[in-house]
Amino acid sequence: MSNLPLRVMVVDDEAPARNRLIDLLHDSAEKIPVQLVGEASNGLEALELLQAGHADVVLLDIRMPEMDGLELAQHLFKLTVPPALIFTTAYDVYAIKAFELHAVDYLLKPIRLTRLQEALMRVGTAKPIQQEVLQKIRPKPRTHLSVHERDKIHLVPLSDVVYFRAELKYVTIRTCEKEYLLEESLTRLEDEFQEYFVRIHRNCLVSKDYIAGFEKTEGISGEPSWMLLLRGLEEKLSVSRRQQHIMRELG
Amino acid sequence: MVLAVELILATAMYWFGGVILEAPEIGEIFRYWVLCLAVTGVLLAYFNLRSRALSPAFTEARLQALQSRIRPHFLFNCINAVLSLIRADPKRAEHALEDMADLFRVLMADNRQLSPLQREIELCQQYLQLEQLRLGERLKVEWHIDNLPSDALIPPLVLQPLLENAVYHGIEPIADTGIININIYKSRNEVHMVLRNPYQTEGKHHSGNKMALNNIRERLALHFDAESRLESKVSDNVYQVHIIIPFVTKV
Repeated sequence: MSNLPLRVMVVDDEAPARNRLIDLLHDSAEKIPVQLVGEASNGLEALELLQAGHADVVLLDIRMPEMDGLELAQHLFKLTVPPALIFTTAYDVYAIKAFELHAVDYLLKPIRLTRLQEALMRVGTAKPIQQEVLQKIRPKPRTHLSVHERDKIHLVPLSDVVYFRAELKYVTIRTCEKEYLLEESLTRLEDEFQEYFVRIHRNCLVSKDYIAGFEKTEGISGEPSWMLLLRGLEEKLSVSRRQQHIMRELG
Repeated sequence: MVLAVELILATAMYWFGGVILEAPEIGEIFRYWVLCLAVTGVLLAYFNLRSRALSPAFTEARLQALQSRIRPHFLFNCINAVLSLIRADPKRAEHALEDMADLFRVLMADNRQLSPLQREIELCQQYLQLEQLRLGERLKVEWHIDNLPSDALIPPLVLQPLLENAVYHGIEPIADTGIININIYKSRNEVHMVLRNPYQTEGKHHSGNKMALNNIRERLALHFDAESRLESKVSDNVYQVHIIIPFVTKV
C-alpha cells in the first residue's frame, strides 16, 4: 500500500460544509496522510482544478446548483485518469437508496471522522464506479456536454447548443460562437434531450429554443422543400421530407 | 328550518302545478311528496356532514394530525451548519444552537391555537438566520411589514414552512443571490401574507410545495372555514403564495 499522501479535492457549494471536511481531513492526517489539492464550489471550478492538478479522490456533494455532483461525476470520466469519487449528501432518500442499490460509496452529512477515514482507505482497493451506473442513478438529462478541446475538457452548457450534426464517426456541436466535436451518437442525444431538441433530419438535432422559423424553397428536383431558420446564426438547415410534420407541431 | 322551507316549496309547487295543470290526479300528489322527501333527505345529509366536519372534536383531531413535522432536510442542515462553525467561530455556533432550540420548541409544541402574528415573524427571522449560516450571501430576504397588524392572530407555523420551501426550491438551486420577498399587510378586515421566491420552472416538480400548501390550506379552513384563501402561482420565474385570513385579535 502506497505511503504517498492521498490527493483529495473537496467539492461543495456551501463553504461551511467544505470547511468542515477540510477540518476532518486535517484531523485524520496522522492515520491517513492526505494532501488537499483544492476545493471547488461548483462543477466547472472542480473540472478546471482537476485538470490543472491531478487528484486521487474527490469528495463530491450531490446537491449543488447549476450542475449537481452526479452529473459532474459523469463528466469527470473524460479525464485521462479519472479520480475516485466519494459522494456526500445531507438527506436525500432517493439518492441514498440508489447508492445502496449500486454499491456506490457515499458519506452522510454530518460526516464522522471514522466514516471519512474508512471511505478514504477504501479508495485504493474498492472497484471504481462505472459510468453506466452513474447514468442509472441519475437518469435526468445533462445540463452540460463535455468536449475535448486542445487537451482540456471543456463544458458546453446545453442552453448554448443550437444544433447537433452527425458526421461520420462523431457529432458536431454548434453554438452561436463555435463548433465542438463530441464522441456520442446522435440517437442517444436525441433520446436524452428529447424535451428540448427535435430531429429535423437523419443527421441533425436542433434545439427548439433556437428555431426562428421556416422557409420554403425549391429542391434540386424542383420539388418544394423546407429550410429551418435559426436564431443567432445565418445558417439554414434543411428539413428532411419525412420530418416535415414537425413543422406543424412547432407552429 | 330546512323542513319548513321544503314544505313551503312543495306546497308552492303543488299549488302552482294545480293551477297550471288543473286538478291533478292523486298520483301527481305522491310524486310531489317523493320529490320533496328526496330533496330534503339530500339537504339534511349534506348539512349533517358539514356540521360533523366542523364540529369542535373533529377540528381538534385534524389540527393535531396536521401538526408541523420537523423536516429532516432542515434539521440536518442546521446541525451541519453548527458543526462547521464550532471550531472557527464557537460563539456563533453557540448562538445558532440556541436559535435551534427556540425553533424546535415551537415546532414541537401544541400548535392548535391561534397565536400572534408577531411571534410567527420572530420565528421566521430566527429560521432565516439559521439558513443564512450555510447559504451566506446566496440568501437575501426583504421584509415589507411596515403596516403590520402585529396583534393579529394567525394559525402558528403558516409562514415558516412556506419559507422553508422558498429556501429549498428557490434559493438552493441557484448559485447566485436569490431574494425572498415577504409582504404582510392588513386590508379592510383581512390579513394578507404574500411570499415570493425565485423559481425556475423547467422540468421542476411542485410536489414538495403541494404537500405543505395542502397542510396549510386545511389548517386555515379548520380555523376560518371559507373566510380564508391560499393562492399560489408562478409567473416570470417567480413563485408566489398569497394567504388571506380574517383579521382576528381575540379568540
